[in-house]
Amino acid sequence: MKHYLLLGLALCAPLNAVAASDEELRTLRDELKQLKENYQQRLEQLESRLQQAEQRAAEMPVAAPVAQVRSEPAASAYNPAISLILAGTYGNLQLDPAIPPTGFAMSAHSPASQGFNLGESELGFSASIDPRFRGVATLALGAAGGVSVENAFIDTTALGNGVKLRFGRFFSGLGYLNEVHAHAWDFVDQPLVYRSLWNNQLGEDGIQLKWLAPTDTFVELGAELARGRGFPGSDRTKNGSGAGVLFAHVGGDVGASHNWRVGASLHQTQQSDWQSAGVPDLLGTPGGVTDAFTGDVRTGGVDFVWKYAPDGNSSSTSLKLQGEYFRRQQSGLLSYNLATTDSYAVTQSGWYLQGVYKFMPEWRVGVRYDQLDPGTATVGALNAANVISSYGYTPRRTSVMFDYSPSEFSRLRLQFARDQSRLALPDNQMFLQYLMSLGAHGAHGY
Amino acid sequence: MKRLSLLLLAWALALPAQALNIFACEPEWAALAQELAGDKTSIYSATVGTQDPHRVEARPSLIAKARRADLRICTGAELEVGWLPVVLRESANPAIQPGQLGAFEAAAYVTMMDVPTRLDRSEGDVHPGGNPHIQLDPRNYLPIAQALAQRLAQLDPVNAASYQQRHASFHQNWLAAIARWEKQAAPLKGQPIAVQHKGFPYLENWLGMKEIVALEPKPGMEPSAAHLATVLGKLQTQPVRMVLRAAYQSPRPSEWLAERAHIPSVELPFTVGGDGVAKDLYGLFDDTLTRLLAGLK
Repeated sequence: MKHYLLLGLALCAPLNAVAASDEELRTLRDELKQLKENYQQRLEQLESRLQQAEQRAAEMPVAAPVAQVRSEPAASAYNPAISLILAGTYGNLQLDPAIPPTGFAMSAHSPASQGFNLGESELGFSASIDPRFRGVATLALGAAGGVSVENAFIDTTALGNGVKLRFGRFFSGLGYLNEVHAHAWDFVDQPLVYRSLWNNQLGEDGIQLKWLAPTDTFVELGAELARGRGFPGSDRTKNGSGAGVLFAHVGGDVGASHNWRVGASLHQTQQSDWQSAGVPDLLGTPGGVTDAFTGDVRTGGVDFVWKYAPDGNSSSTSLKLQGEYFRRQQSGLLSYNLATTDSYAVTQSGWYLQGVYKFMPEWRVGVRYDQLDPGTATVGALNAANVISSYGYTPRRTSVMFDYSPSEFSRLRLQFARDQSRLALPDNQMFLQYLMSLGAHGAHGY
Repeated sequence: MKRLSLLLLAWALALPAQALNIFACEPEWAALAQELAGDKTSIYSATVGTQDPHRVEARPSLIAKARRADLRICTGAELEVGWLPVVLRESANPAIQPGQLGAFEAAAYVTMMDVPTRLDRSEGDVHPGGNPHIQLDPRNYLPIAQALAQRLAQLDPVNAASYQQRHASFHQNWLAAIARWEKQAAPLKGQPIAVQHKGFPYLENWLGMKEIVALEPKPGMEPSAAHLATVLGKLQTQPVRMVLRAAYQSPRPSEWLAERAHIPSVELPFTVGGDGVAKDLYGLFDDTLTRLLAGLK
């Protein structure tokens, strides 16, 4: 480089020299000398930089993982991840929450609680068992004391080809909200349709098979065989399965800002001598009567969820819109007041639509509308004068909630609801709730 | 039966040549994979540059992509703890589970900074393995690229020579680029700065900038007005040249402070795709330095 430059200058010099005076030549020579020194210096700098860089490259650690120094003993390193959810509510309701929605007295009913109460506190454990299995257990701490097993299941981890098997006690994969644990709900309570048709959440003892298609679009198919422990099934002591579920989910992205999932599910079970107390009847018996139902229960449902966050950045603003619809057909035999038995069939349905908007970091607001359709029952002749076939009322509810989450691990919520689920008994409800998560950082599903 | 096998054959023929499917958790690793294996692989980035890497959802599309991945490249150090475990579980893909050949965690190949001595959630969103934002020191890419090239060769031995060759040329170009950036960044040495989130320790360490204060009271906590006032007070005695934030963060806290402390508020791309200029790894550092130097003026 240096040589070419000098050569070039040397070639040019004679041409200029013809017209140049001595003084001009001297200046030229000085300039040339300066130029030469400059280049020399810069070359030396570059050379030394190159040497430094090379030396540094040589000193760079070879790709060996940096050993993490762990001080805990080996025994505790194998312990499962433990998470504890502490949750509680304060409910201010005008009416007794034990009164079921009109037309749904024969459903299981888990009412909201009044006053202070320990809501859905739960203790969770999870860990890999060996290279093939992973285990999860969630123990719910009952408000009245006692511990119940909410989930206790094993997942396979090494079947490959998108196949996953789960067995034990788990929340069914039907719908969208059914698998979501209470501490991750966007409202204090479940929608009316979940409360009335699934007793809040369908939990089962059984086996679940899921297959994820090898496609860019998310396509998941699932099937379950179960004991039929959870409502609308009825617990049984015999061989074989008591309930079956089929479900399919499809989902994807639209650009970086939108993503969605839609699903459809089918559930089938048999109810055997399912007894419901306090069912209103045509005779107007005070406090209602106790009826028993035995027959087939089929439920179909569709669900969708759509999430939006500008540029996919949900940390400051985001919007989540979701809705589900379930329709249930029941047909079998009804024993009115546990005495008069005749045929009975009814189709009931319900839906909800909700939106939750995060308007600034840490703050969210949500609105939900709920509706049920008790349907019109076909009642056998023997019971035509006893059983109410149509209530002519549409149970509904509107809820508004605000929540504040100082971190990913804590949330405080205020919820108001105008509950018109019971004929002529409108109720204004207010809830305060805290949800705190301790221990292992549980990653949340979609 | 015959028709079925014909169908299967047609399906097999319709499939493109078996290229490695790479699932990158963050855009910087997608960009690095592009440098080392661009033409031999199909690369998908789970997050975009404008996204908060701490808060990603286990979206259905991520699960579908992870299902078919041969290799996932993630930062590790628990940066993805809020979403990756769910994606890995739901994907039912044994090849990319932790500890497998198809699981590559970049943080394992660099020296981690800010490893907490006290693990308690009252300290905010701290990561037990150290600060996971390792992508802002270009020197970190040298050992990571070397390890990644080896991993690619292990997974796809047919193209091993190509990965080694591409790595060698990346290594040379990257060394030259580092030298160029270091020269360009000389005026930044020793400059006192404020940061919105503690996301820049590796950048500060590389360029010799001094972090005087962070706007978030604890990592991951939004700064309140009262806390910002305290920070402003501290800057009276310990002035800084500028306040830094990542492109995915809300500009409000930085700008509130910048206006009152009469310093520039500098938004950095933070990763590839964080802004229009940071289109690849070279662009990321070119743009970061341009913005930092503009902040000095």
